[in-house]
Amino acid sequence: MSDVSLDAHDSSGTENQPQNNSRRRFLTVATSVVGGVGVVGVSVPFIGSWNPSIKAKAAGADVEADISKIEPGQLIRVIWRSKPVWIARRTPELLASLANDEDKLKDPNSEQEQQPEFAKNRYRSLKEEYLVLVGICTHLGCSPQHLKDGAFEQYVEGVPEGFFCPCHGSKFDMAGRVFQNVPAPLNLVVPPYMFLDDNTILIGSEEGAA
Amino acid sequence: MWKNLMDWIEYRLPIMRVANMHAIQYPAPRNMNFWYMFGFLATIVLVNQIVTGIWLTMSYNPTAEGAFASVEYIMRDVDYGWMLRYMHSTGASAFFIVVYLHMFRGMIYGSYQKPRELLWLFGMFIYLALMAEAFMGYVLPWGQMSYWGAQVIVSLFSAIPVIGPDLVIWIQGDYVISGATLNRFFALHVIALPLVIVILVFLHIVALHEVGSNNPDGTDVKRKKGSLSEEEKTKFVIHEYYTSKYDIVDDIVPFFPHIVLKDLVGFAFFLLAFCYVMFFNPGMGGYFLEHPNFEIANNLKTPEHIFPVWYFTPFYAILKAVPDKLGGVIAMFAAIIALALLPWIDRGKVKSWRYRCGLHRWNLIVFAGVFIFLGYLGGTPQENWKITASQILTIMYFGFFALLFIYSKNEKCLPVPARITE
Amino acid sequence: MKKLIILLSLLMPMSVFAAGGNVHLDKANYDLTDKASLQNGAKLYMNYCLGCHQMQYQRYQRAFNDLDIPLELGQDNLQFTGEKPGDHIKNAMPAESAAAWFGAPPPDLTLVARVRGADWIYTYLRSFYADESRPFGVNNLVFPEVGMPHVLQELQGVPRKTLEQHMVDGQMVDRYVGLKSDGSGYMTPAEYDGAVLDLVNYLVYTGEPTRLESESIGRYVLLFLLVLLVLVYLLKKEYWRDVH
Repeated sequence: MSDVSLDAHDSSGTENQPQNNSRRRFLTVATSVVGGVGVVGVSVPFIGSWNPSIKAKAAGADVEADISKIEPGQLIRVIWRSKPVWIARRTPELLASLANDEDKLKDPNSEQEQQPEFAKNRYRSLKEEYLVLVGICTHLGCSPQHLKDGAFEQYVEGVPEGFFCPCHGSKFDMAGRVFQNVPAPLNLVVPPYMFLDDNTILIGSEEGAA
Repeated sequence: MWKNLMDWIEYRLPIMRVANMHAIQYPAPRNMNFWYMFGFLATIVLVNQIVTGIWLTMSYNPTAEGAFASVEYIMRDVDYGWMLRYMHSTGASAFFIVVYLHMFRGMIYGSYQKPRELLWLFGMFIYLALMAEAFMGYVLPWGQMSYWGAQVIVSLFSAIPVIGPDLVIWIQGDYVISGATLNRFFALHVIALPLVIVILVFLHIVALHEVGSNNPDGTDVKRKKGSLSEEEKTKFVIHEYYTSKYDIVDDIVPFFPHIVLKDLVGFAFFLLAFCYVMFFNPGMGGYFLEHPNFEIANNLKTPEHIFPVWYFTPFYAILKAVPDKLGGVIAMFAAIIALALLPWIDRGKVKSWRYRCGLHRWNLIVFAGVFIFLGYLGGTPQENWKITASQILTIMYFGFFALLFIYSKNEKCLPVPARITE
Repeated sequence: MKKLIILLSLLMPMSVFAAGGNVHLDKANYDLTDKASLQNGAKLYMNYCLGCHQMQYQRYQRAFNDLDIPLELGQDNLQFTGEKPGDHIKNAMPAESAAAWFGAPPPDLTLVARVRGADWIYTYLRSFYADESRPFGVNNLVFPEVGMPHVLQELQGVPRKTLEQHMVDGQMVDRYVGLKSDGSGYMTPAEYDGAVLDLVNYLVYTGEPTRLESESIGRYVLLFLLVLLVLVYLLKKEYWRDVH
C-alpha cells in the first residue's frame, strides 16, 4: 500500500517530493511491523475462543469404570468425552486367536503413532484380558458394531468375533486392529487409561502422565 | 506474473479503480482537524461490533431459559470469552460516543447544508438503526435491566391511539416481554439491523464522496472546470473521476496516505481510551454495564430504578418531561426528527460556525450542554426538581431549532475565505 | 469567572443527589491479590452461605485454581457432598420450599458483588441487629425487613442497637450510637470485620473471576498502544511535513 503513495508522489513531481526518504521508509516499515503485531494480538482471543471451553473440558473429564461385573467374553460401553468407549473382557482362547490372521491386518503391531505406548503390540492393552478402545471408526467417525459368536465370519473368514463399521464396511479384530482392503486407515484408538485398582479403570489419564 | 493476475482481475472487477477513487486518490481538504476522525472511528467500531458479535453468537443461547447463563458461560468458561464480550459491550458505548461527536462536528461546521442534505439524512438513518440495534442488543443478556428496559421501551408503542395496545402485544409476541420477544430481537440484532446499518454506511460514504468532504472553513475545494490556473490546482495525484468534473484547489491532500495517517493517530488515541475502559473498568461505574443487569430477568420484580443505557437518556428525559403519555412519545420522536430536518431548519448560507454570528455559536454550545444535562436527568433517579429541570431543558432543546430557524434567515456572517486558511 | 461559579452552583445539587440518600455504606477495602483472604472467604462461603445461596455460574475447580487451593485440599475442605471438581457451586435446596421458608428463594450470589457492590455487602453483613418483631429475630439496617436470619451470629454474637445516655439541656436522653455485639460470638468485632471483608473479597472475585487477568493483559496492551501511537504520530508528521 505504501508503495502506491510513494509512486503517486514520484509521478506528481514537484513540491511534495519526500525530502527524507530513508526516515519515511523506516517509519513506514516500523509502523507496519508494530501494526502487524497488533493484528496478530487481536486475533488471539478470536482464535483462542474456539478451544474447548471449561464446560466442555469438565464434561470431558476422566471417567471411572467398574470392571468387576464384566463376564469373560462380555463388552461394556462407557461414555468418555461424549464418545463411546468399549471395555471388553477377552477370553484366553480369543487372546490366543489374535495371532492367527495377522497377515490380513494393516498394522498388526500397532506401530502407527496414535495411542499410548503400551498399546503398540498385538494385544493393545495394559492387562491382556481387558481391551479398552474408543468406539469410533478411524475412517469417518461412525461407531462400529461388535459382532461375536461367528457373526463376524461373514466379513472375514475364519474370524468369529470383531468390529464391523456399517457406514463404509471397515473391519477390525478383537484388538481393534484394522483389516486390509477397507477404507479405515488406522487401528481403533486406544484411549489413555489406567487401573486404579483391580476392579476400576480410569479412562482419560495414563499412569505417570497426569 | 503478479501484475498479469492483477490486470486479469482488474479487467473483470475494478478493485483498484474503486480503491483509488474512494480510498487513495480521494481529495480531502487539508484543514480537516481532529473533529474529522470520528467517522473513521465509527467505521472501525462497526467492524469491531460485527466481528465480536459473530463470535459471541457462537456461544450465546437466545432463549429466556438459557440466555443469562450463556452470557456467564461466555464470561467464565469460554477461552477469552470475557474479552470478546467486553469488546462488544464497550464497543456499544464507544459507538455512541463517536457517533455523537461525529454528529456535533456536522453541526458546528454545517456539514448538513446544501449539497450534503442527503448525506446528513443517511447519517440520521444510521443513527436510528443504531439505536434500534443497541436497544435490542441490550435485551439479549436477559438481566433485569434488559427485561424492564425492553418493557418500558416497547410500552412506548402503547401510546399510539387505537392500535397501540395490540401493537405492543404483536411486537412482544406474548402478553409480556418473553422468550418469543427475545428470539425476535436476537434475529433482528444479529442479522437484520447489522445488514441495514452496513448498507446505510455504504450509501453514506458514497454520498459523501459524490459531494466531497466539508471542512472547518466550509470553503469548497472543488471549483468549476477550467476556472483555476495550473498554479492554483493541487499537485497531488487525484483520481480523474474528480478532476474530470472539477478543478481541485491546491488545498487538498489525498486520502491515502495523509488522511489515513491522520485518522490512524486518532485511532491510536481512541484505542488507548477504549482498551483502558475495556480491560480496567468495563462496567464504567454502571454506565456501560448497568448493575441490575447482573441479576437474571424476573418478571415479578422491577428494579428500584430503571434507566436506559446512557446513550438513550437525553431522549428518555424528554419523554419523562411531558406529563402526557402520547405527548411524551411524540416529543421524544420529534427531538430526533428535528435533528434530521436540520438542513431545512437552518436557512443560512454559511456553513462553519467560524464565520457565522455569535448567537449561532452560543446556540450550538448551549444545545450541547442541554443534551448532556438531559442525559444526566434521564439517567438518574426521579426527583421533583428534575421534572421541572427536564421540562425547561426540553424547551431549550427545541428552542435551539426554533432560534436557528429564525436567525439564520437574515444572519450577519463574516466573509468566508476563498481559500482554506491555516 | 462568574459564569463558572454559576455553573458550579448548578452542578452542586447534582453531586449531592448522585450520592443517594440511603444508609451510609462502609468502604470495603478488599484485595483480589490477597489469596489468603480469598481462601478464607471461600471457606466462609461454603460453610455459612452455600446452604441457601447457590453460585450456579462458578465452578469449584475454577475457584481452586484462581485461589491457589490445591485440588485435593479443596475437595476435602470445600466440597461437602461429593461434587466433581468441575461442577458448579450449587446446593440441594429446592427453590419452592426455599421460597416458602424465606418468602422468596434466596438469590444466587455468583454475581451479587456486581449487582450490589462490595461496599453494600460489607455493610449489610455487619448491619444485622436483634429485633424480636421479625420472624428470625433479626433485622438489618441496610436491608430493612430482610427475610434472612443472621447466619454469622455464631461469629459475631448478637448485635443490638445500642443507646447511650447523654445529658442534653439538663435532661438525660437516650441516643443511638450504633450496633454492638453482646460478645457471645467467637470473634472480636475487629476479627468479624476481617472475616466479612474476606467473604466480600471472595464474592467480588466470583462476580468477575477474570478481573486480575484482564488487568495484567490490559497493561501490556496499553504499553503496546503507546508505542504504536508514537510511531503512527511520527509517520503522520513525516508525511504531512510538506503539506502546510
